[in-house]
Amino acid sequence: MDLQTLQTLWFILIAVLFTGFFFLEGFDYGVGILLPFIAKEDRERRAVINTIGPFWDGNEVWLITAGGAMFAAFPHWYATLFSGFYLALILMLVALIIRGVAFEFRSKSENPSWRSMWDWAIFAGSAIPAILWGVAFANIIRGVPIDQNMNYTGGFFNLLNPYALICGLTSLCIFTLHGSVFLTLKTTDEIRDKAMKAAIKVWAPATLFSFAFVAYTFGETDLFARLGINPGIVPVFSVLALGSVIFLLRKNASGWAFIMTGTAIAFSTITIFLGLFPRVMVSSLNPEWNLTIYNASSSEYTLGIMSIVALIFVPLVLVYQAWTYWVFRQRVSKDSELEY
Amino acid sequence: MDALLLARLQFTLTSVFHFFFVPLTLGLSLFVAIMETAYVRTNNGMYKRLAKFWGNIFLINFAVGVVTGIVMEFQFGLNWSEYSRFVGDIFGVPLAIEALLAFFLESTFLGIWVFGWDKLPKKLHAASIWIVAVASNLSALWILIANSFMQHPVGYTMSENGVRAEMNDFGALLLNPYVWGQFPHVLSGGLTTGAFLIIAVSTYHVVRKTGPDPEPFRKSLKYGAIYGFVGTVLVTMAGHSQMQDILKHQPMKVAAAEALWESESPASLSLFTVGNEKKLEDVFSIRVPGLLSFLAFNKFEGEVKGIKELQAEYEETYGPGSYIPPIAISYWSFRLMVGAGTLMLAIAVLSLFYILRERYDFPGWISKLMLWSFLLPYLANSTGWILAEMGRQPWIVFGLLRTEDAVSPSVAVSSGEVLFSLLTFVLIYVFLTVVDIVLIRKYALAGLQPLESNERRI
Repeated sequence: MDLQTLQTLWFILIAVLFTGFFFLEGFDYGVGILLPFIAKEDRERRAVINTIGPFWDGNEVWLITAGGAMFAAFPHWYATLFSGFYLALILMLVALIIRGVAFEFRSKSENPSWRSMWDWAIFAGSAIPAILWGVAFANIIRGVPIDQNMNYTGGFFNLLNPYALICGLTSLCIFTLHGSVFLTLKTTDEIRDKAMKAAIKVWAPATLFSFAFVAYTFGETDLFARLGINPGIVPVFSVLALGSVIFLLRKNASGWAFIMTGTAIAFSTITIFLGLFPRVMVSSLNPEWNLTIYNASSSEYTLGIMSIVALIFVPLVLVYQAWTYWVFRQRVSKDSELEY
Repeated sequence: MDALLLARLQFTLTSVFHFFFVPLTLGLSLFVAIMETAYVRTNNGMYKRLAKFWGNIFLINFAVGVVTGIVMEFQFGLNWSEYSRFVGDIFGVPLAIEALLAFFLESTFLGIWVFGWDKLPKKLHAASIWIVAVASNLSALWILIANSFMQHPVGYTMSENGVRAEMNDFGALLLNPYVWGQFPHVLSGGLTTGAFLIIAVSTYHVVRKTGPDPEPFRKSLKYGAIYGFVGTVLVTMAGHSQMQDILKHQPMKVAAAEALWESESPASLSLFTVGNEKKLEDVFSIRVPGLLSFLAFNKFEGEVKGIKELQAEYEETYGPGSYIPPIAISYWSFRLMVGAGTLMLAIAVLSLFYILRERYDFPGWISKLMLWSFLLPYLANSTGWILAEMGRQPWIVFGLLRTEDAVSPSVAVSSGEVLFSLLTFVLIYVFLTVVDIVLIRKYALAGLQPLESNERRI
């Protein structure tokens, strides 16, 4: 394969990693966000946490891998993004740290205020990244001040523009919806009823913000100009999928509803990457200073090695992760044996 | 303070802290796997209880190791963007492979292990903790492949415009001699860390006679002490051969670790030196003649180059500037590491002296030593890494890129931002350490849980 093909391949692979990450970690975030509201009694809360217990860590590795792949395949993308979005990413890291230990620490003491503290840590540690991912990707497609040396010249508050905040709220709502639908699949009785109610409640703002975001994207970015008048099946399908969720929920078809929230997340992520291609960071100062897959990538040799590794191991990962979902397919109730 | 210093402090904090937790993960996962295998083989419930007991401690520790690891992965982009641009073509590859090859396995199968006691056949369940153990150690290998490139760059060429290093031989990166000096040392360091925690906790239960049956913790103590003895012997041997290796690739690191100002043949080993780092001379020094040459070449002759001569050589190769790492830090971290190692070996031998004769009535001072011995590996692990990284200065990639040129430019990251993130990490990490210690202590002192209960609650 020549260099250009490899660069495109790695752009696609990173898009796949982020899509997988948002699909999987999306419901983990959602479950974390709902935790303090949907379950009041301790065993109920533990049951809710245990629905994602065996999975959340493996799901988070999608992000670690996406980060590593970015570093290896597009070092300039990795360097510009992380040094540029500095404080936002520090905030994200703090949230992920607190959330990760919270799952493990929470039930290690009987003390109710200890448990409640970690429940709120799980909530914050899920809600903050859920918002920040939206903010980050909105800024990536909208463009940020990047100079001719590929360095971000703005500050933290440049990132908090209204457009990015709308996107942040959209991702927050969609992940919460995704998580509540996941809970209807994984729990029983009272918890399931509450999850169902939450899903129906969250659907409206999720859809509303999504539409606002799409409309805003039209004015704020060149995404539509790039995708053309007919943006293709992907974004349309994403919107349709989100719209269908409410009908499926009313029919109590949790499984289909989950497929549809997942489709909405996956297809909107893909839309963003389609709109970006072949750029990876858009400079709002000068289009010539954009980072693209061509000027930000590693060498042909490195991309070749990475491709071989990825083509062998990504399918393998998919197989054994799918297997864990099969092993732990049973619903969790407060009478189950609970680990976390 | 300037951003460079703050970024370096942050890297020190986050990496040393991360490495508080990693070695225990490496060592303890293997021990849990062995216990569970014993259970599968003998069907003796005691081994299952032991696997769960040590597994709980492993998990509390693992959680902090994971979350601090995420910080490590992203820190290069955050604070060291120029470094990332310079070496991403090479350095990013092992990091990405680590995630894909090792970290996915580790976290997925750990989930299976924790939640799968009743859902999987016994053998498959035991296999999952073996996968965790192997994957953890595999993950260490990939990280060390990345680190070894910084220590001894191989398998690369400079790009045409000279702005970055590009990989041209992946095989050379994997076979970097530095990796194969470092990996056994880190691996056996992990074993040792696990072993001494096992020794300490088991000693507590054996001496205090907690629980109705003394058998499980006597067994733990016995295996732990053997494990500790093997670990310390291996770590010493690996460290010794690694040092001979470093002498070839980074003689300045060895010279700094020994406070060896002038080249000597045969070279003496410093037992205790107070030096003047500015004038590059001893204030006071006790030295054993010829011993350094012996350690370096296995014979009492041969020249070991001193700091002054190396500095002159480097100036000739790399241009004017100082190529001398912080000597006091290198010197003392080396001595603390070796001192802690020696003490560990002594404690392992001493405890085996009793345990192998099935005698568990240790004299008070010995049981005290064994109780507190778990701190020694932490001291050795941290000082070892401090030497490895400080002894390489002023380079971030030896001979290719200086640390001062690697930091994120101030236009992207201001020193205020780095200060803020540094303080944030200090606060969180101190808090995490306290909570982690409290929880591990609680679970360690509570002893074995009854077999019927599958829930990990106390």
